[in-house]
Amino acid sequence: MAVEPRVAPAPAGQTGPRIVDVRLEGVTKRFDDVVAVDDLSLEIEQGSFFALLGPSGCGKTTTLRMIGGFEEPTSGTIFLGDRDVVGLPPYRRDVNTVFQSYALFPHLSIFENVAFGLRRQGAERKGLRGRVLEMLHLVELEGMERRKPRQLSGGQQQRVALARALVCSPRVLLLDEPLGALDLKLRKQMQLFLKRIQHDIGITFIHVTHDQEEAMTMADRIAVMNKGRIDQLGSPDELYERPETPFVAGFLGVSNLLPGTVAGADVVRLDDGTQVHVAAEALQGRTGRVAVGIRPEKIRIDGGDANTLPGTVSESAYVGVATQYIVETGSGRLTVYVQNVRPGAEGAAPGDRLTLSWSPDATFVVDSTEGSA
Amino acid sequence: MSGVMDLGGRAWALARRNVLAAYSVLFFAYLLLPIAIVIAFSFNNPTGRFNYVWQGFTWNNWRYWDGVPGLRGAIELSLEIAVIASLVATALGTLVALALVRYGFRGRGATNLLIFLPLSTPEIVLGASLLTLFLNANVAFGFWTILIAHIMFCISFAVVTVKARLVGFDRHLEEAAMDLGANEWATFQKVTLPLIAPAILAALLLCFAISIDDFVVTYFNSGTRITFPLFVWGSARIGAPPQINVIGTAIFVVAVGLMVTNVLVQNRRGKRGLV
Ligand SMILES: Nc1ncnc2c1ncn2[C@@H]1O[C@H](COP(=O)(O)OP(=O)(O)OP(=O)(O)O)[C@@H](O)[C@H]1O
Ligand SMILES: [Mg+2]
Repeated sequence: MAVEPRVAPAPAGQTGPRIVDVRLEGVTKRFDDVVAVDDLSLEIEQGSFFALLGPSGCGKTTTLRMIGGFEEPTSGTIFLGDRDVVGLPPYRRDVNTVFQSYALFPHLSIFENVAFGLRRQGAERKGLRGRVLEMLHLVELEGMERRKPRQLSGGQQQRVALARALVCSPRVLLLDEPLGALDLKLRKQMQLFLKRIQHDIGITFIHVTHDQEEAMTMADRIAVMNKGRIDQLGSPDELYERPETPFVAGFLGVSNLLPGTVAGADVVRLDDGTQVHVAAEALQGRTGRVAVGIRPEKIRIDGGDANTLPGTVSESAYVGVATQYIVETGSGRLTVYVQNVRPGAEGAAPGDRLTLSWSPDATFVVDSTEGSA
Repeated sequence: MSGVMDLGGRAWALARRNVLAAYSVLFFAYLLLPIAIVIAFSFNNPTGRFNYVWQGFTWNNWRYWDGVPGLRGAIELSLEIAVIASLVATALGTLVALALVRYGFRGRGATNLLIFLPLSTPEIVLGASLLTLFLNANVAFGFWTILIAHIMFCISFAVVTVKARLVGFDRHLEEAAMDLGANEWATFQKVTLPLIAPAILAALLLCFAISIDDFVVTYFNSGTRITFPLFVWGSARIGAPPQINVIGTAIFVVAVGLMVTNVLVQNRRGKRGLV
């Protein structure tokens, strides 16, 4: 374990000083005997679409609620911009929240729901109407302003909740599993919709989800949380191509983890003696027991790459775009996806012996899973 | 075979339907007959002091509704007490309910239990113990002792009514309000209060209804003051003037009117998607 979450440098091509919108320093939240968030530190850059990803109960909601001001950390500091906001009530923080249950005010019309925040800010009447209608236009709900929340569908309510939070032009928008209650098709639509809106208005979004695909689709940067801590923070491709912990490797997509021992600056020896070459930086100075990871689609069954491992096909399943093989080797069982590029091409059959191969660049290294699993 | 079964079944269904109809008619007659008699006798023109035998129709009882000495004062006192007691009890009861549902404090369980005591204690015991309390504290009996007694037993009803609404209240709504810039007071005003308003109104009406016709507790603690129920009781011993029926009918009409209005309003709000 114990890989410190690091904040990666700003994406290349971005000029000017990096502005940090949200900074958490050593934030811990304890509920009686449960540690919901454990010494969490993290920086979120202005204008980014940031996802907090993790399994149920890992402390995502609690983290978000502390940023929003609905819970106070047991220890640690939270900055919005340069301002320490610990102890400030929600109405004094420049963030707005889209609640999972939407929490629309049932006694107010859609117009009044969206106008609620502006009225609290004391916006004068003329400007207010225009801004509310503009926001309803943005979320494609024109003409609905006189309805009551219960007269809208789930997806429409969701967009009202979004409009209601966005109209206040917060520094940061917090979204707690906003798509959780929608069906799959609507979810996909809303993912793209949210992404587009975030891109257009440029407000920082912090999006909580336990759906890795959703996080990968939407976010610029993802923090993978596990048991109240951040296991790894990075862009979607960094997390996928270079997971740093077994948990991250397993949580984002399928991965093959083979136990072994570090045997050089860029070599890991598997338990059956096979030498696996890895990129030197993948080791990150690790020594002793580790696990080598390869994504299933990076493995070839027709040879040609530097790392090789002989094995026997035990199962094969045709899934359209690819064929999935389960291959037994001396170092364990591997899952392999082979793309069906040519129609009718004969693949391997169960019982076939073959040699798997993959490139050192496609290999990542994580701490050993032994003992911790 | 099946024909016989069918016939039997149909006969049974017929009987069942008629039994139900007959039962319903009897039930409503039982329920409504006394009220109908009260209303009818408010138009009676009795010759003696007792309004028990139908003598003839007259509007006079309605025209001279306060023709009986003391009746007007008693009604005024009852209304005064009921209005103040229901307002105070509902306000206090709402606050108690909010505290009970929203905050974990020491003695919450005990408070929850204590709230139910006045509801489950026999009124005669409540009245007698209050009497003892006031006597020991040397309080002069009259308006204030009646008011205190009424507020006391009304609070429990108010708490229970408002609490029921608060228990199903989505806390996220208040968080959302605060998130959107409303401080505690604005949140209460703009979100909490409108949403629990129906319960508060119900509590208000309930308290008013309970207060205005309370006899037992009032009797113990009224001193020389006479409320409407006490007046009715007193006059029933020496003769019952038909004006009592007039007042009773008026109360009944107002109550039914309020109820019907309430149902209509709720229906309309329901159709418009409000609640
Ligand atoms: N108010 C509370 N009192 C006690 N324990 C709490 C409270 N809120 C959260 N917890 C605990 O803290 C831990 C983290 O909860 P949290 O709601 O942050 O998880 P989550 O990552 O949002 O999970 P999910 O994906 O299921 O929503 C859980 O073990 C939960 O039981
Ligand atoms: Mg959650």
